[in-house]
Amino acid sequence: MNKPPLLQLKDVHTFYDNIHALKGISLSAPQGAIVCLIGANGAGKSTTLMTICGVEPSRQGEIIFDGQPIHGLRPEQITSRGIAQSPEGRQIFPRMSVFENLEMGAFLRKDKEGIQNDMDWVFNLFPVLKDRIGQLGGTLSGGEQQMLAIGRALMARPKLLLLDEPSLGLAPKMVEKIFETIIEINQKSGTTIFLVEQNAQMALSISSLGFVMETGRIVISDKASALLENERVKKAYLGE
Amino acid sequence: MDTSSFILQQIVNAIFLGSIYALIALGYTMVYGIIELINFAHGELFTAGAFIGVIVLTGLQSFGFVESHFVISMFIVFGLAMAYVAVLGVAVEHVAYKPLRDSSRLAALLSALGMSIFLSNGMMLSQGVSDRAYPPVFGVEGINIGGAIITNGQIFIVLLAVAMMIALQLFVHRTRLGKAMRATAQNRTMARMLGIDIDQTIRITFMIGPALGAAAGVMVGLHYGAVRFDMGFIFMIKAFAAAILGGIGSIPGAMIGGLIIGGIEVFWAAFLPSAWKDVTTFTVLILVLYLKPSGLLGESESEVRV
Ligand SMILES: Nc1ncnc2c1ncn2[C@@H]1O[C@H](COP(=O)(O)OP(=O)(O)O)[C@@H](O)[C@H]1O
Ligand SMILES: [Mg+2]
Repeated sequence: MNKPPLLQLKDVHTFYDNIHALKGISLSAPQGAIVCLIGANGAGKSTTLMTICGVEPSRQGEIIFDGQPIHGLRPEQITSRGIAQSPEGRQIFPRMSVFENLEMGAFLRKDKEGIQNDMDWVFNLFPVLKDRIGQLGGTLSGGEQQMLAIGRALMARPKLLLLDEPSLGLAPKMVEKIFETIIEINQKSGTTIFLVEQNAQMALSISSLGFVMETGRIVISDKASALLENERVKKAYLGE
Repeated sequence: MDTSSFILQQIVNAIFLGSIYALIALGYTMVYGIIELINFAHGELFTAGAFIGVIVLTGLQSFGFVESHFVISMFIVFGLAMAYVAVLGVAVEHVAYKPLRDSSRLAALLSALGMSIFLSNGMMLSQGVSDRAYPPVFGVEGINIGGAIITNGQIFIVLLAVAMMIALQLFVHRTRLGKAMRATAQNRTMARMLGIDIDQTIRITFMIGPALGAAAGVMVGLHYGAVRFDMGFIFMIKAFAAAILGGIGSIPGAMIGGLIIGGIEVFWAAFLPSAWKDVTTFTVLILVLYLKPSGLLGESESEVRV
């Protein structure tokens, strides 16, 4: 049962002009797993996701997805290989309806029937989106926008789903609902999930692997269960 | 003419002028919506459309085609003017704006001004400095509604302008490309991540906006009977005001803004010293912006970036 990882980063460096944001990070996500990346604000978590997606291309290092190198590809090429992101801040199209936002998630797909099925599935996961189907994205509440962002990413039917701080700014009850759905997505569709979180406790509790990031470097990688017991993690991220 | 038919006549004239301003304003607003740049060359693209129109129309008329096949002639005149200017629009984008897409806004703005001057001079050199007459294709006949006369030319032009605006609305709301365009305007990074080809989307915007401007140029030529290399300026100012008034970036805003600007101008000139009509137009613009800086239908920054 030793499948090759679905995603692998090897010594990846990313810069914003001359700001060295990722200083050689290596990590991997096994096929079908939930893995999480935790770390303080400004550590480089979002940059890691944007680098995987090709929006902030790496200057050095390798990114292997599904057995193929994807560093150097354009975002649309990476998307079509099966990576979708629900980015930080949700990035909903404010003047497009819920339906249109979801439709945009399937922009590169041509299988009408499959798109319809996935839309039904998203409405099944988040019934409130169905109630708001014609409403403009900008008028939704924060929690609803988060659901829409995840739903939109699912509409691409990705092999790998990247989630950037899905719990940020949400009420505890909504956070719980989002995490339950993440587990459901992973279990029902087998989608591999790469979760970025500041809510380390929750994230580690649903993940199999965890990575801890500090100022552009991965400083610890371990089983999530081990990280929950790790003294350094406890002190810095679990508030114990 | 009694007062009520006089007012009716002014309404007709306002709708007519407003539709033309609206068509031109759409070009500003669409380009701004997608790349946050005021395309100062838009007025010249409008004028270029008017010139292509007069050239084609004169050609067609020289062998009597316009009389025998009026609808087909109009189709050819508008079609060629719009197609030519669409290509010109894409060329302008490619030469003047694309290389500067990641530079400062000021650089792009200067490039836009440069393009405007370049095109204006190009037209002056190739078409001359004097008025060029449009062959009169519409007579003075029209229909009489309660004393107001709507000429056949006005009816034709307003219907065509409205049809184009409806087509544009359908395009941006119903088609894949149109939705890609709206998505790009609303959140470019996200649009890229979803697989939308941003360059292609921008190119298409630079075809549609200028093509609508070209259509307006032909309409102006047909109605006023003449074109000149610098006629774009005054229309540009009004249409730009219309786009800002309606909320720059908003397509319905540009349409409403066009009608309002056209309305103010026509009614002011009808009842009050017409020398002041432009002052009034801009006073209204300033007042609206003072009360709602993002324009009538514009989204404020905070609304957009939730
Ligand atoms: N667009 C940007 N331009 C310049 N620097 C940036 C940009 N985005 C992020 N950074 C910097 O890169 C570092 C990592 O940021 P980020 O990946 O957003 O961290 P995190 O998601 O972990 O909070 C920070 O120092 C941040 O200031
Ligand atoms: Mg972040």
